[in-house]
Amino acid sequence: MSDPRVVLDPTGERQAPVRERTPRPATLDGAAVGLLDITKARGDVFLDRLEEQLRDRGAKVLRFAKPTFTKVAPIDLRREIAEQCDVVIEALAD
Amino acid sequence: MTVSLPDGLVAVVKRDCPTCRLVAPVLADLRSRSLPLTIYSQDDPTFPDGLEPVDDTALDVSFALDVDTVPTLLRVEDGHETARLVGWSREQWAPFTGVAELGAGLPPHRPGCGSRTHDPDLAAARAAAADGARLASRRVELGPSEDDAEAMFERGWTDGLPVVPPTPERVARLLAGTTRDPDEIVAVVPPDLVPCTVEKVAVNAVMAGCRPDYLPVVLAAVEAACTDEFNIHGLLATTWFSGPLVIVNGPLARAIGMNDGINALGQGNRANATIGRALQLVVRNVGGGRPGGVDRATLGQPGKYTFCFAEREHDSPWEPLHVTRGLPASSSAVTLFAAEGPRGIIDQLSRDAESLANTFAACLRATTHPKLALAFDAVLVVSPEHGRVFREAGWSKAQLLEELDARLQLPGAELVRGAGGIAEGLPDAVQDLTLPKFRDGGLLIVHAGGGAGLFSAIIGGWASGAGGSAPVTKEIGS
Repeated sequence: MSDPRVVLDPTGERQAPVRERTPRPATLDGAAVGLLDITKARGDVFLDRLEEQLRDRGAKVLRFAKPTFTKVAPIDLRREIAEQCDVVIEALAD
Repeated sequence: MTVSLPDGLVAVVKRDCPTCRLVAPVLADLRSRSLPLTIYSQDDPTFPDGLEPVDDTALDVSFALDVDTVPTLLRVEDGHETARLVGWSREQWAPFTGVAELGAGLPPHRPGCGSRTHDPDLAAARAAAADGARLASRRVELGPSEDDAEAMFERGWTDGLPVVPPTPERVARLLAGTTRDPDEIVAVVPPDLVPCTVEKVAVNAVMAGCRPDYLPVVLAAVEAACTDEFNIHGLLATTWFSGPLVIVNGPLARAIGMNDGINALGQGNRANATIGRALQLVVRNVGGGRPGGVDRATLGQPGKYTFCFAEREHDSPWEPLHVTRGLPASSSAVTLFAAEGPRGIIDQLSRDAESLANTFAACLRATTHPKLALAFDAVLVVSPEHGRVFREAGWSKAQLLEELDARLQLPGAELVRGAGGIAEGLPDAVQDLTLPKFRDGGLLIVHAGGGAGLFSAIIGGWASGAGGSAPVTKEIGS
């Protein structure tokens, strides 16, 4: 018999990879700002207001939406945002 | 396993054997003659007293020598066995040892006893240990001062209740419940998207308290939960109450002793309790989904510890759920549903199907909110006494669903925001429409519960269909 004081790890045994944060932009002037609507009710109201304010500050605003708030964003959408935007703001609110 | 044997005579004995006790003086005699003699004791490391036996209570030597009977006496030359006797026989022992007068006071012969290696429990334990040694999961050694149960809590592996420590032996024994290879991938478990092996499911099933014969049900539940249709990731992450409900159908449910009768949705049955719990532990431990982490439930519900029951099929007025959902009656299956807790329906006066359907419809309308439609599925759990009303009326399950659907066509004017003095509701665009409460296929009906009580239950769902979670039925394999 093996040592009864040994147990098997029930977890996925994964170490979360450490990723460097993208450097914060010093200014939003001329930056491409993505607004991601997760399609929760009235999230668009919040994002519409943000868009106004960002445009006033000289940012270029691009709008994106998840097909459903219940599932993670499709990989193509994530790639599209990463390619087109310098920063992204995600609206989680109901 | 190979063992190196000392040259000379080797005896294997156990105190529990009368013949071994009988020959103890013979062994003492041989020892006193300075014959090279090594004695292995299977059960008591002090037996025979005073002869300095070698402890073989772990039976490593006995298994390596394939000892069938004790006492066994071997002759070993150059490390190899060259001759063997079993039991006691003066006629055989005397020439074997070269001591003519050996055991003068003893009966001429006595048969031996079964070796401890034949103890079925012990053989199973050794097999489990051997199997356990082959498992791939990381070994976690518990500290000498740690309490086993506390150690599970401290490592964050429990749902808040104590778990059974998943020793390699326990996991190996549980794996005997399936024909699948331990390293086979069952599913990719959200939210961390970890490929989960049969072995990892078994580790968590041990912790949940499962028996080996429950394992195929747990495996099917994990597979069903991790489909895109069921969307356990979203179900976990939502602020809503819901968690995975496992409804078990088919002959396996009874074979493993599941409860479909009195208190079917409640506590007290090991299979019901531990199968549902095992699924949740897989999500927690393998998938990494924990309350306050990805699980953002505002309130949650007690069924998130475990929520699993079987359908009462033997006297149901209808075909069982898995048959409604396209599987043969002879198969066994799990159906996963994104469930709130159950709420009761009381109707002790309806004796005709129309009246009882009216009650069901009125109560079903309130699922999540009386003014919301098409957004949430539900399970209607019909008790035997309510089921009898429909049987006597000759209503099939399909007919009951049609009748409920007809009663749950909701006028848009009652649903729009502000209607009834309630801000919650649907956009004005539905004002002139009529909407069904449930999407097509969004209401499931099962039969369960004890024989007494004119009560049924509604188990509300979560965001339904492709935009949330759809019920998933999966056949249980071996």
